[in-house]
Amino acid sequence: MFNVKRKIFLMLAVSLAIGITVTAAQADDDHGREGHGGEGHVKTTLKAPANSLWQKECAACHIAYAPGLLNAESWRKVMAGLDKHFNSDASLPAREAAEISAFLQNNASGKTGAATLRISETAWFKRQHDGHEISPEVWKRAAVKSPANCAACHPQAERGNFNEHEIRIPR
Amino acid sequence: MNRTIVMVTIISGLLVRPVFAQTPVEILASIQKEAGSGAKGFSAARGETFFKTKQGGDMSCSSCHTDNPAATGKHAKTGKAINPLAPSANAERFTDPAKVDKWFKRNCNDVLARVCTPQEKGDFLTYLLTIRG
Repeated sequence: MFNVKRKIFLMLAVSLAIGITVTAAQADDDHGREGHGGEGHVKTTLKAPANSLWQKECAACHIAYAPGLLNAESWRKVMAGLDKHFNSDASLPAREAAEISAFLQNNASGKTGAATLRISETAWFKRQHDGHEISPEVWKRAAVKSPANCAACHPQAERGNFNEHEIRIPR
Repeated sequence: MNRTIVMVTIISGLLVRPVFAQTPVEILASIQKEAGSGAKGFSAARGETFFKTKQGGDMSCSSCHTDNPAATGKHAKTGKAINPLAPSANAERFTDPAKVDKWFKRNCNDVLARVCTPQEKGDFLTYLLTIRG
């Protein structure tokens, strides 16, 4: 009797866990499409379905930059040049590089524009961070150091959240 | 009933225990094999010098891993924290041959602009294994 109850409890727990995971994945997916088509509107939440290999490998050296920060051709270039990645060797075994490259390209921004290796060279980045928005002096602060250091001012950057209300510029 | 408890115990045991493919000593043994019989024995002192000395370029291993392999390091460029390298301070280190190969390839290229010899890798790991965390 006790055994049967335990089995039922386990089955319920497992199906509940699967249910929650599926719901969360769908919610993320919906969220990622928010504000996609507006004129000149920049997506502030760049959530994509998670890919654990992308997270693990990219975040070994820096934050795992969200796929929506570059267009597909840019990501293809980044992933094709990992052996000389910003003057570092970041090479990966071919199978892993292919999986991450596909994930990045499938979830890339839909923006046209020349392919670039640097997120800070994209037109939208420059527009959002121009001299009126951010004084040149801010970039030189020790806590900021580089435009690559998103998390200095966007504490939720690692989760793909660049919402204006979350910005905290360090002194 | 008893069987259920045994199964649940086994399964949860598998879930929580980290499974390492190899031990650092086994990794060292395969580097030894790679070095072949002609190599001189591995030396911790040579490994320490290698670890702390700039090798032609402007970087050494310690540029990111600090002078103390048991300490938390910091990526020289991005500032990202790097978990300790010495196995005594970080049980995950040198337990996954693919990960070891990946990082030797990358870091030797960055520091020496070439691959490391088995002798260099063996000295390096011999040194790390003398560090007490």
